Amino acid sequence: MATTMITTLDRSSRAAARGLSDISIRNLFIIPTVLFLIVFNIFPLIYSLGYSFTDFRASTNAPANFVGLQNYRDLLNDPYVWSNFAITAKYVIISVAGQLLVGFGVAMLLNRDIPMKGLLTTLLLLPMMLSMAVVGLFWKLLYDPSFGIINYALGLGTFEWLSDPKMALYAVALTDIWMWSPFVMLLSLAGLSAVPKHLYEAAAIDRAGPFYTFFRITLPLVAPILMIAVIFRTMEAFKTFDLAYILTSQPTAELISIRLYKMAFQEWQTGRSCALAYIVLIMVLAITNIYVKYLNKVKER
Amino acid sequence: MRKLVTSVLAGIGLTLACGTSVYAQEKSLTIFWAEWDPANYLQELGNEYEKETGVKITVETTPWSDFQTKAFTEFNAHGDAYDLVVGDSQWLGAGSTGGHYVDLTDFFNKYKLKDVMAPATVKYYAEYPGNSGKYWAIPLEGDAVGWSYRKDWFEDPKEKEAFKAKYGYDLDVPKDFKALRDIAEFFYRPDQKKYGIAIYTDNSYDAMAMGFENALFSYGGELGDYSTYKVDGFINSDKAVAALDAYKELYKFTPPGWAKSFFVEDNQAITENLAAMSMNYFAFFPSLINEASNPNAKNTGFFANPPGPGGDQFAALGGQGISIVSYSQKQDEAMKFLEWFIKDETQKKWAALGGYTCSAAVLKSPEFQNATPYNKAFYETMFKVKDFWAVPEYAELLQQLNQRVYPYMIGGEGTAKETLDALAADWNATFKKYGRGQ
Repeated sequence: MATTMITTLDRSSRAAARGLSDISIRNLFIIPTVLFLIVFNIFPLIYSLGYSFTDFRASTNAPANFVGLQNYRDLLNDPYVWSNFAITAKYVIISVAGQLLVGFGVAMLLNRDIPMKGLLTTLLLLPMMLSMAVVGLFWKLLYDPSFGIINYALGLGTFEWLSDPKMALYAVALTDIWMWSPFVMLLSLAGLSAVPKHLYEAAAIDRAGPFYTFFRITLPLVAPILMIAVIFRTMEAFKTFDLAYILTSQPTAELISIRLYKMAFQEWQTGRSCALAYIVLIMVLAITNIYVKYLNKVKER
Repeated sequence: MRKLVTSVLAGIGLTLACGTSVYAQEKSLTIFWAEWDPANYLQELGNEYEKETGVKITVETTPWSDFQTKAFTEFNAHGDAYDLVVGDSQWLGAGSTGGHYVDLTDFFNKYKLKDVMAPATVKYYAEYPGNSGKYWAIPLEGDAVGWSYRKDWFEDPKEKEAFKAKYGYDLDVPKDFKALRDIAEFFYRPDQKKYGIAIYTDNSYDAMAMGFENALFSYGGELGDYSTYKVDGFINSDKAVAALDAYKELYKFTPPGWAKSFFVEDNQAITENLAAMSMNYFAFFPSLINEASNPNAKNTGFFANPPGPGGDQFAALGGQGISIVSYSQKQDEAMKFLEWFIKDETQKKWAALGGYTCSAAVLKSPEFQNATPYNKAFYETMFKVKDFWAVPEYAELLQQLNQRVYPYMIGGEGTAKETLDALAADWNATFKKYGRGQ
């Protein structure tokens, strides 16, 4: 019944009266989207794959020469690119783990009857509604060693958050955690409120402790939705650009996307940057695939 | 349905037709430059041109951080949004070999600009490749790196006495790099929130290179041989190593968090009472003598980059020439503007508005030199400037310099010799890749 509702048009509708069949309506919706995808996504994707095998530079008139796998070979042999990947991995782990901890923790705190819960949740969501560039600019001020409020509040004197090579990446990750924990919180909150209450009642009757209840009931039931949050945040963290670019120029905090930007739009090494973009794409795809496999496993349980 | 599509298409067509016809009717030129005071002065000069000829000049600007990216994105797309561009000196190679700039050699020779403009500006803002006699731009805004300092701190009798007792000579405008270092050390007092010196350290474009060049050139070092592209024995010579060490030494006496600083931060060091001395392009000095933007305007002095231990005195070159974009539809109109721009009286007007003229005659005139507290230092500097590589792949060379020098300067990794040896190897590899000077 439900399927027939979708596939056939109601004969008395205005669309049917104009002589539009269900197929033409379907096409009307799908074809523009597919065209848009082909023109703006698929075509550049394939085109840049071609460029990644050449020494093309968009800034010159010199013709592009086919160089085979040279770009990939050079990139994978470049210690700087490897260090960018290592930095990115470190950044993803710190910032996603931090967001998960903070976001889920806050969700646990909010998942009870407290006054003004709605208002509180809305206020907590504010950071992720700001633009990345704006967050970067005002956290730069907050971190400032001379007049920043963070050092003032914590009594750290002139501690250099962003100019200390060892600290810069953590400072960027901290900002990212501040900004995106609410996202994890929102998803966790949805997951938590979906846990059936009778399970908790049963656990209480069996005199199960809070830890046991958490690890045996809450966590397994919220895990799938947490995994979705992790997938989203990992993909986003992997391609972080604006935040890190604005906050610091430390080589120890140079994420792969910053390297890619410099290579493509400052040095105009178009061919090589296409190759790097492909390497990044393959990595993100691989990581996401592992997650999705794991997510399916979690769901089956 | 068909009616709707037809009418929409007709509407679009009409809009386009109207748009282009209006565009063609009025005579106008668009000049692209970075967003800073000199661009406003150029707009004022352009208004004068409009009064005289009726051709409307629009100076379009974008922040410095994406000036290069935006300009080249437009060039690479062969866009005609800009008729003229005031491009950085390093762009000459990419602009000329990439076919983005119109060849101005005939124009240059016709008006004998080689003699009209200061020699360094012709060499670095206009000619590419070096000594080829081919010109791609008209020197427009002369610029170099100089220094501002706090006169009140320097002239305080107590400070003078303490300085003399500690270093054995009088506290004054630094006579050489050693004095620069001593004064920076002397005023470095973190407990009083006073610091010695503000330098360039940002590694995202050319800030680090310009700052280091100031030390390198005055120490008698060179980036390399600009005609043979040989860098071994130049950028990693003993003089260059000593210069890098001297520049790193200055970093010790900077205000806290001085690891991503360029012209904005360096001017702030003076306006916010942070540092005794501050490195910056002359183009940013007008705001330092303006009481509205600098509360210490009356107490701010200026000096040229001091000589190194061998007595060599040079400075890093900034500044830009104006080029005609080869994709412009109005090249003839643009040429007429340039003819007007190079006239002596225009150059005088340009200087009076606040632009740094490159006209040798105007530069030498006493009225120019006495117009501001820093014009004299500017005049002295403009005859001893050197610049970065201007080859099309300059951005890669810059990136390699940032990549090698920054971790040493800021992170203290390795030694100056190791850093510069590695940089020489990077540059050799890059020049080899593009088949230069084999």
